[in-house]
Parts: sequence; C-alpha cells; structure tokens
Amino acid sequence: MKTTEYLREDKLPHIWCPGCGNGIVISNIIRAVDALNLKRENTVIVSGIGCSSRAAGYMNFDTLHTTHGRAIPFATGIKMANPDLNVIVISGDGDATAIGGNHFIHASRRNLDLTLIVVNNNIYGMTSGQYSPLTPTGKIATTAPYGNIDRPFDLCELAEAAGATYVARGSVYHVQQLKRYVERGIQNKGFSVIEALSICPTYFGRKNKMGSPVKMLEGIRDNAVIYNGKNKEEGKDKFLIGEFKNEPDREYTESYQKIIDSLKEGK
Amino acid sequence: MKSEMLQKHHIHINQKWCKGCGICVAFCPKKVLVLEKGKAKAENMEDCIACRMCEYRCPDFAIEIEVAK
Ligand SMILES: Cc1ncc(C[n+]2csc(CCOP(=O)(O)OP(=O)(O)O)c2C)c(N)n1
Ligand code: SF4
Ligand code: SF4
Repeated sequence: MKTTEYLREDKLPHIWCPGCGNGIVISNIIRAVDALNLKRENTVIVSGIGCSSRAAGYMNFDTLHTTHGRAIPFATGIKMANPDLNVIVISGDGDATAIGGNHFIHASRRNLDLTLIVVNNNIYGMTSGQYSPLTPTGKIATTAPYGNIDRPFDLCELAEAAGATYVARGSVYHVQQLKRYVERGIQNKGFSVIEALSICPTYFGRKNKMGSPVKMLEGIRDNAVIYNGKNKEEGKDKFLIGEFKNEPDREYTESYQKIIDSLKEGK
Repeated sequence: MKSEMLQKHHIHINQKWCKGCGICVAFCPKKVLVLEKGKAKAENMEDCIACRMCEYRCPDFAIEIEVAK
C-alpha cells in the first residue's frame, strides 16, 4: 500500500513544521482506511481549523475543511443526509475540546456513527501556542507564561462519560496501536473517539524546553503506560495508551431511520 | 557494491518532502538511516528488516519501504 495514493500530491510537501506530529497521525489514519478497504467515494474527511485540521486539504477523499470547533456539526449533517458514508473527523485539542467542546460531548451522548480523531499536541499550534483544555497543569503557553494553572481534561474519560461507544488513545510514537484503534473506531457503528497524542515541537516543545522532535517522541515513549484493563492508577502521573471502551449501543441514524420507517408504515 | 548484493529491501526517500526531522534515524531499530545535509539517507540497507517504523513515523510521507519478494 502506498500512502501517497491517498494524498493530494500536488499539495505536498505540506506546510507543517519539521517533526510535527500531524503528518504521522494522517499517514496512520490512511493506513487504517486502506486496511479496511474503505471506498474512497464512500469516505468523507471533515476537519475544523488548526494546524492539524489542515489534514483535510492533503487527503485525497471528499473532504470538508470547516470552521473552528465546528467539524462535528458539519459531519453530523453529512452523516444524517447519507448514513451510508464513512465519516471521519480530524480535529485538534483546541478545536475539539475548547470551542468545540459542546459538540464533542453531545456527539458522544447521541452515539452518532462518526469516527473522531483528536490530534492532541497539548496546545493551540496554529495561533502560536495558547493553552488548550488538554494542556497539562504547570506547562508553559503564550497565555500561561508562568505555568498553566488549569487542570486538563482526560479526553478519553470525558468521551467515555459522555457516552461515546468506542474510546482509545494511541500516539505518534505508538503508531501501530494508533492505526489499529482508528480501524476499530471506524468499524464501530457509533461515535468513536481516538485520541492521538502528538507533538508540536515549534510551540509546545520550544516553550517547555522539550528539545527536538526526537526528544519529544522519546518523552511519549518513556511516559506511556500500556493499558491492560486494570492499571488505570499507574497512568496517573503518566498517560495510558490503549483501548478504554468498545461497547456498541443504539446508533443515532438508525434510530432516526426507524422513526421514518414507522411513520411511512402508519400512512 | 557489497551492500547492494546483500540488500534485501528497498527504501524510497523522497528528498523533496523530507524536512530532516531525524525521527526515522533515531527510531530505526537497526540503525540503517543517517541524516546527510539535512535529509534522511539509508546507509546500510543490508541491515534493514523492513519493520517499516521509519515509514509509519515519517511526518512528511517521505519514506516508503519496498519489501524484497
Ligand atoms: C471562531 C474562531 N475562533 C478562533 C480562531 C483562531 N484559531 C485558529 S486555530 C485555533 C486553535 C488551534 O488549536 P488546535 O485546535 O489545538 O489545533 P492545532 O493548531 O494545535 O493543530 C484558534 C484559536 C478561529 N480561526 N476561529
Ligand atoms: S506550529 Fe506546531 S502543530 Fe503547527 S505545524 Fe508547527 S509543529 Fe505542527
Ligand atoms: S524498515 Fe525498519 S529496519 Fe528498515 S530502515 Fe526502516 S526502521 Fe530501519
């Protein structure tokens, strides 16, 4: 399989900084799509605004690069209009959990069949490094020059609690897992959230003196705890990589179709 | 010449897209790759085990491994 077959080669090389995690996430989403043999004409990529959201521009599918925080609402419209489409949403941590936070919890609650990949680089990359709801406490950002006093969301726990039926976390170091989780997320008929822990060497990395992209990947490797179903505590000061939930439940477009069918019969 | 004869797999590195981040070099389990003039380069392909980790972690879609049949 050639990743480039799924890319708009005329738009490459991309604009992302050297060592930025966005490209790693995208190439593993593409590997998942390829492994599942998804038809390109049946697969739509939707993104919001941010460095990571520029992914839609590089991917050779039907794509929609929408407005900041609103990728999920646009994707909802697409899925409701044509439930046969595979709809994949790519969003940044700011896009998905700050301005788009309400859409995130309600899509989780509804269990609409979308696959959301949140590229979590812990910062607003595009606008030069403001903290996001996923920036860890104590980390430096343009808007937290003395260290972030906020407590971050655990995105996966948030998704689980809000009702998403597939929830997993991979990373740009743990690429095999990331690909597998995206695959399973697409297979789940319901709302799937895959957090892709990523790196922004330019803003998050530089502000927090984390060194090169290689050093940042080593940081992910060394602070990851592989989730085995019972070691959540171990992940407390580190982070868990793994599948946290895979519990299919009633899906939104199916429930909607049932109403339509029952009303037709009633005529 | 020696390395050509022993070479099992092929690596294609798109020099135009490579930005020299060094990720492939650092995490290749067989130390096959080096950075030269800011671009990735395969130095001893005879050691390559085609694990594809360089390809899967390349942020720039610049690496492709072709497995010998
Ligand atoms: C309505 C609106 N508000 C604010 C912005 C400015 N803006 C653009 S991208 C962005 C945040 C990007 O951060 P994130 O979603 O984490 O993506 P990243 O760039 O880190 O990949 C913001 C605040 C905007 N474009 N539109
Ligand atoms: S600013 Fe950060 S997120 Fe944006 S392209 Fe550069 S490294 Fe990537
Ligand atoms: S395929 Fe594996 S062994 Fe071969 S160059 Fe890439 S990382 Fe190294």
